[in-house]
Amino acid sequence: MVCEMETDHQTEEMDVEVLSSMWPEDVGGTEPDNQFNVEKPAGDSDTLKEVDIAEKRTMADLKRLPDLLDTTDQGSSQLTNLVKQWEYMQDHAVRLLREELKILTKQREEAEAKELKIIEEHNFESEEPENVPVLDESSDLFRRFKEKKRDKLVGRKRIEIDEEFDTVAYWKQKALSLEKMLEASTERERRLIKKLNESLKTMESHSAPVEELTQNLKRAEGFLHFILQNAPIVMGHQDKDLRYLFIYNKFPTLREHDILGKTDVEIFHGGGVKESEDFKREVLEKGKASKREITFETDLFGSKTFLIYVEPVYNKAREKIGINYMGMEVTDQVRKREKMAKLREDNAVRKAMESELTKTIHITEETMRAKQMLATMSHEIRSPLSGVVGMAEILSTTKLDKEQRQLLNVMISSGDLVLQLINDILDLSKVESGVMKLEATKFRPREVVKHVLQTAAASLKKELTLEGNIADEVPILVVGDVLRIRQILTNLISNAIKFTHQGKVGIKLKVIPEPSFANGLELNADAEEQNGLTETETSVWIRCDVYDTGIGIPENALPCLFKKYMQASADHARKYGGTGLGLAICKQLVELMGGQLTVTSQVDLGSTFTFILPYKVATSNDHSDDQDEFSDMVDHQPEPDDSTEGYFQFKPLLGSIYSNGGPVIGNNFLPHKVMLPSPVKLINGQSEAVQVENGGCMDGPRHETRSGHCPESAHQYENGNGPCHSKESESCSSSQASSEMESEFTVSSPREEEKAETVVKETSKQPKILLVEDNKINIMVAKSMMKQLGYTFDIANNGVEAVTAINGSSYDLVLMDVCMPVLDGLKATRLIRSYEQSGNWDAAVEAGVDIKTLEDKQLCVRSTNRLPIIAMTANTLSESSEECYANGMDSFISKPVTLQKLKECLKQYLH
Amino acid sequence: MELVQMQKSLQDYTKSLFLDGVLDSQFLQLQQLQDESNPDFVSQVVTLFFQDSDRILNDLSLSLDQQVVDFKKVDPHVHQLKGSSSSIGAQRVKNACVVFRSFCEQQNVEGCHRCLQQVKKEYYLVKNRLETLFKLEQQIVASGGMIPAMELGF
Repeated sequence: MVCEMETDHQTEEMDVEVLSSMWPEDVGGTEPDNQFNVEKPAGDSDTLKEVDIAEKRTMADLKRLPDLLDTTDQGSSQLTNLVKQWEYMQDHAVRLLREELKILTKQREEAEAKELKIIEEHNFESEEPENVPVLDESSDLFRRFKEKKRDKLVGRKRIEIDEEFDTVAYWKQKALSLEKMLEASTERERRLIKKLNESLKTMESHSAPVEELTQNLKRAEGFLHFILQNAPIVMGHQDKDLRYLFIYNKFPTLREHDILGKTDVEIFHGGGVKESEDFKREVLEKGKASKREITFETDLFGSKTFLIYVEPVYNKAREKIGINYMGMEVTDQVRKREKMAKLREDNAVRKAMESELTKTIHITEETMRAKQMLATMSHEIRSPLSGVVGMAEILSTTKLDKEQRQLLNVMISSGDLVLQLINDILDLSKVESGVMKLEATKFRPREVVKHVLQTAAASLKKELTLEGNIADEVPILVVGDVLRIRQILTNLISNAIKFTHQGKVGIKLKVIPEPSFANGLELNADAEEQNGLTETETSVWIRCDVYDTGIGIPENALPCLFKKYMQASADHARKYGGTGLGLAICKQLVELMGGQLTVTSQVDLGSTFTFILPYKVATSNDHSDDQDEFSDMVDHQPEPDDSTEGYFQFKPLLGSIYSNGGPVIGNNFLPHKVMLPSPVKLINGQSEAVQVENGGCMDGPRHETRSGHCPESAHQYENGNGPCHSKESESCSSSQASSEMESEFTVSSPREEEKAETVVKETSKQPKILLVEDNKINIMVAKSMMKQLGYTFDIANNGVEAVTAINGSSYDLVLMDVCMPVLDGLKATRLIRSYEQSGNWDAAVEAGVDIKTLEDKQLCVRSTNRLPIIAMTANTLSESSEECYANGMDSFISKPVTLQKLKECLKQYLH
Repeated sequence: MELVQMQKSLQDYTKSLFLDGVLDSQFLQLQQLQDESNPDFVSQVVTLFFQDSDRILNDLSLSLDQQVVDFKKVDPHVHQLKGSSSSIGAQRVKNACVVFRSFCEQQNVEGCHRCLQQVKKEYYLVKNRLETLFKLEQQIVASGGMIPAMELGF
């Protein structure tokens, strides 16, 4: 019966879910006590056998178990229950018997009453001696018998019988009847005895408590077994030392003696064992039943998680004697739960990532758009502005009176400043995105200071004295990024002027020992490499103070002073305007150059911004060269020698140039050197020749070209004011043009004429253009545009093809895509420039380009000519215009190429 | 009458492409380049763009499905596509490419996959629209009409 039930149960469960057995099924060879195999029908009534079964499937210290049952509350309560049940049944039996007895007694009483009645009816007296036994019943019988006898035999003749009392017949008769009576009595007695025996027997059959208890136990055991047979449950009892006294459903390979009397730690090894033991101990100590999930990691059965229930066990004296322990294997559930949790977590993470990604995409899109816009804008602004400045420069070479010249110089300075600012705003974003590269150029600190002050003075509308003070030990010529330094100075000075209403603003320069924050100037090393400077150079730290006697900065405003878009207070912002970007740019630039920008200030007394920067000192050799050049200039310029002068002062001259046209030019205002008074000197050879050939109409575009394609017209301007820069100081882009220019300033040579002729010749024929581009669509579009503009061109699909093509024939212009496979535009341009300088393709060959070198003669001719290379950039940070210039390109067209852009570019370079 | 309507609808349709940002002014450049000597220039370029882009997108899908994504291979493709789309004025494809490249730079596979989907979406959009545009143009030409010149004003 139980078997059937169980299989039903199992199949039912199978439908729901295949439950793997708690213990592996293939464990252990001999399985004498595998609880699954041992199955005895509960109907088997042999008590001893049943005990055997119990012994097999469970494991118990049988001697201790009764003890346990006796001494523990649970045990005794169970026994009490059983006893109670038995007592109840006994009571029941007794009650039944009593009822029966009652019925019998009643019957008897009825019978007696009847008899009495009969006797009374028969009115007979008994005179016989009562020598019969005193047993009620028998006496009754005897009396009845006697009465009957009297009735029958004696009747009324009693007295007569008395007389015949001793007669034989009488006695005989009497004996006979007595015998009969006896017989009946005996018969009755026998029946009674029989009845009694029967009763006893029934009593006996009901009265054995052991059998009763055994039956009950058997039933309970069978029930438990039936329930627990396949359940993944381990049960046990451990004493207060946590030694097993009893265990059910233990691990199959373990034998009784492996477990009983031992603790968990002694039996198992591995993770979780200690924890479970501790847990049990904790329960034992606290005396409170509790549950916990513990994962075991044992050699014996691998990784399994059990939900463990432990309760303390007390004896009757309420002393703890051990624990009951029940464990259910929940590995699968835990695994599922964890899987679920993990899935949920993954889901959450994925969702977060998704939204993050969307955000990133959005931000990236926005940023890219903004950056692109900024880049485009800056380019768009820069080009016309450089045109303006360039034109102004040219204008300054024409015949002007002093006033006009003055105005023009201011115009140039301001334009120059705007140009720089545009560049610098771009630079800030570049510094932030880590793309910013510093340039190392030689410059004169004195001159920079002077120019900065001069520019500031030019736009000064306040009664302020501007002064510059440079210590004698500051080198004449240092190497650094002059543009950035100028920008920093300009920013600080304009800042100082803005917040100063009277008194003075000045710049102080002095050499200081290497500060503590500087450690190993990689920066300079980098710069050196970049610049290709091989001369021995020494490093010098220069401290620059920009001081004013202005409103000062309250102490609490100092921390946010260098933050972007922050000003000391909202009031200030309203009053003084400005973006609040200036100081942030300065700080970033100074730090980028390896220096430090600090500020000290006192309210109402003024502020001092101090930055310290490392510079390389250029060698005296270079210096002297430069000096020569400079002296040349000095010959033409009766100006004081800027290069060594250590102190400048610009006093206010309000209104002189703004309000009236009077020729008021103070000697100490703008101690300018108006450059190149003779137009012949500037517009020499080359462009004049063009002018002549083209009937003078090319004058404008030519110059526009010059300044237009030069991103660093600031440089040129400086050069123009005092061509004190060595050739190395020029950035690549302008070097060609300006160096030619410089050389032509001083040397009037027949080369110019020769060159002019070349230019003329080239313009007269169809120019040869090379388009280097890998994208077919772009080629197609460009071709069509060129066609419309009336040009044709050759096509190279990558840098290598370009180099090969240039080697093979001479071109007037190269349009070069920047990003290309095999060899990109930047590298190709470098190789071409290297070829132009060295006259050989060594660099290209080194770079792996297969070049067939041509005859020396052609090389020589070609190498003197600088081939204009126009980059076509996608206007991204990685393809920045600076990068293009740095690699020797002359200009760039931002992509996508439009007809207008192409037209302008070709106009610049092909006429 | 019919023809005038068709011309009007072509104009409106073209305009909508610009307003939706599917195309930008570069497309006008292409239209400007089309003249009697080269009457099919725009459709030639665009067809070339379709061929090229189909190939690139295919290559990109393959590259990104690799176990280990070689970003050095992916990036030039995206660059190429960006250049082409920029040249024909397929603005939204170009913008998607810009984002795509930034993910290439970060070597973000997940981001790249998303971007590829985005680029594909935009590409098929512009392809679909341009094909419709050409169909409209052909219809007008077939009916003996002129393709109205786009005004550059918007």
